Amino acid sequence: MTAITPVEAAAGTPTMCRDCGATLAEPALCGACGALQPLPSLDHFARLGLAAAYGIDPATLERAYFAQQRRFHPDRFAARGSRQKALALAHATAINAAYETLGEPLARARYLLERAGQPLPGDDGRTVGDPALLMEAMAWREALAEAATAADMAALAERLAAALDDVRDRLSRAFDGGDLAAATRETLRLAYLDKLGAELKRKRGGAS
Amino acid sequence: MLLEIHEPGETPLPHTGDDPGLAVGIDLGTTNSLVAISRDGRPEVLRDGRGRGLVPSVVAYLPGEAPIVGEVALRVMSDEPGHVIASVKRLMGRGVADVKTLGGLTADRLVGEAGAGMARIALGEQLLSPVEVSAEILRALKGRAELALGAGVTQAVITVPAYFDDAARSATRDAARLAGLEVLRLVNEPTAAALAYGLDQGAEGLYAIYDLGGGTFDISLLKLEKGVFQVLATGGDAALGGDDMDHVLAEAMLAERGGAIAQDEIKAALAAARRAKEALTEQPAVDVTLDLGGTISVHRVTAEYFDALAAPLVARTITACQAVLSDADCPPTDLAGVVLVGGSTRVPLVRRAVERFFGRAPLADIDPDEVVALGAALQAEALTRGSDTLLLDVVPLSLGLETMGGLVEKVIPRNTPIPVSRAQDFTTYKDGQTAMAIHVLQGERELVEQNRSLARFVLSDIPPLTAGAARIRVAFAVDADGLLTVSAREATTGHEAHVDVKPSYGLSEDDLTAMLDAAFRNARTDNLARLLAEARIDGRRLAEAISAAVAVDGDLLTEADRAALDAAGRRLDAALDGDDRDTIRDATEALEAASRPFAEARMDRNIREALAGQSVSRLASRL
Ligand SMILES: [Zn+2]
Repeated sequence: MTAITPVEAAAGTPTMCRDCGATLAEPALCGACGALQPLPSLDHFARLGLAAAYGIDPATLERAYFAQQRRFHPDRFAARGSRQKALALAHATAINAAYETLGEPLARARYLLERAGQPLPGDDGRTVGDPALLMEAMAWREALAEAATAADMAALAERLAAALDDVRDRLSRAFDGGDLAAATRETLRLAYLDKLGAELKRKRGGAS
Repeated sequence: MLLEIHEPGETPLPHTGDDPGLAVGIDLGTTNSLVAISRDGRPEVLRDGRGRGLVPSVVAYLPGEAPIVGEVALRVMSDEPGHVIASVKRLMGRGVADVKTLGGLTADRLVGEAGAGMARIALGEQLLSPVEVSAEILRALKGRAELALGAGVTQAVITVPAYFDDAARSATRDAARLAGLEVLRLVNEPTAAALAYGLDQGAEGLYAIYDLGGGTFDISLLKLEKGVFQVLATGGDAALGGDDMDHVLAEAMLAERGGAIAQDEIKAALAAARRAKEALTEQPAVDVTLDLGGTISVHRVTAEYFDALAAPLVARTITACQAVLSDADCPPTDLAGVVLVGGSTRVPLVRRAVERFFGRAPLADIDPDEVVALGAALQAEALTRGSDTLLLDVVPLSLGLETMGGLVEKVIPRNTPIPVSRAQDFTTYKDGQTAMAIHVLQGERELVEQNRSLARFVLSDIPPLTAGAARIRVAFAVDADGLLTVSAREATTGHEAHVDVKPSYGLSEDDLTAMLDAAFRNARTDNLARLLAEARIDGRRLAEAISAAVAVDGDLLTEADRAALDAAGRRLDAALDGDDRDTIRDATEALEAASRPFAEARMDRNIREALAGQSVSRLASRL
């Protein structure tokens, strides 16, 4: 499935308010009359006013998200008529899509790869061709299959948490350094570790 | 153009040429409903002339009379259950098959075949949709508000349980339209409760909202930060509430009595059980007198006894709490607070169980029956006058599509923040295929039949291409009210596919238009006519009940009491001939007052006889 949001930055952003004709300081909202403008094409980072990077502090992301929803949510335009409300719906939907994609480590990594024109193998039909990575994934699967007692599973969960921290650090460095090959490898690693984590949670009875 | 100056972060006030009318908050409950209004951030429940805020969610359809809502309809129910509808909220957006499993309801009167849309209620000649019945309740609330405020009311914030699915939300919105109310926003009940507690004023952290109403249980986890309310997770049980406590207690007492029980006697036993449950919130034990079918029995109900009966029900609510907290990876100790909502949270056992599970005393100082309506009123004011509070909701139940083999593929998982829009691509499997059937479902299970069917679409006008070449993008959009819309487009040609929506449990646009026309044509929606009808029925019922009681127990009346009763009765008869509601009300109240000594004397006699172990056969006539 696809989150419906424009990905590419707009070429020609409008400069004049559609309602009052005032010059727009920002493309989305008129500072003079408060009228919402049609949804500008922005990437997820720009939509939330964040710099494009893998390492995002969750608290910073949340603050940015709340700040944007506070301005664009349809409730803010409830008394401004149906056209403004409909525009607000489009804005709020795009803000939610950005928040969801950037808030989830794996989705964020996939998005950055896609944005760099290097979609993740598997996402575009190519198969994963990294034997070392496949071996490693199989070792984790065996560990999961062998974990029988609660203590085994707790130990595995701890190991998994450490591995996840590690992968996220490496992803930050890879994206910051523009090393897309490393970023792709670490994203694949994150994908199978995530899946393993979900299975472990189910096995421990933590999932609903 | 006006120049406005406002604080940073504050919403600019809307430019409105005309006064849009007042906006109220409505709690449309299973058992009771309320309407409230907020002015300058101070919400208050709007009450009737006697100071009552709760309007029982009961509608009576008596032949030849305008539909009656509330207290009076509730009283009519014991005499003429066939003309009265209660707990209609449980039917909103539901089919007959769903409701059969809910139990305890007037299931015998439900009409409709499995898979044939929302259940209808048979009432004499009429066949009513739950949407129409809910609209009557909303009209009565609108009327109450207009009477109390002396001004027109056209807009409302209406609360719904957080887990209400799309069909139930749509049905609620349709009911408001029928009642002539513009829905500013459907707000989740837990969020409204948090608003009423002023948790938008600086409270931070995670809050659990435990809402045990008459017929539903709802547990939600809210994240609060600087005026932003984010529903993180929600769960509950649509068929669990305080009414179930009444049921177990009534069943226990009827089992003690033994013998066969008639349907209307069960209702009387339920009412007695409810009164006992309420009394037990303040005293350690209560004696319940059951006067059924001419046999009187007295049952001593202690708090311990009641707690033992209700414990399994309360345990189910705690299990649901556990599931929601686990969903959100949040241990109970991480919470900043717990809020109690719903009349059933007055039950001490419930409070103790909540306190034990969450490890802290819950917030409970606002009347749990009124807290949701007060929050809705605050939000109505916020939406019409501007505010810095923001309610961010989530999809309560996953939305998905039927795929091969009767499986469901999730398109929007539950707890996704709304508004949200997601697209799914489909392709054709036959050369030249021009149509495709799509089935939308809501729920968490894997198989189609385990989830709620929301709608079936037929995409037609697909350009005829070779199999697999067409790319049909189906977009699901859920708005801020949690309502779903679907659109479709053939991506390679840009051809807009036609979507023919057939809601599984909703009303079709044609149904709704017909109902709107009928409501418009019908002068009986006139508020004054309704109030007059209410007063008349109330007065007539009291007069009949008293004359029946006098026929049985007339020997208890002193000469003076009898004279006073007769005089009051004649005054009411005269008032009932006229058309003045206030005169009828006054005369009814006067008769009620005059009959009080008689009623007390009868109650004394009944209890003495019961305690003496006698069964006294008598006419079924009680005050
Ligand atoms: Zn402007």
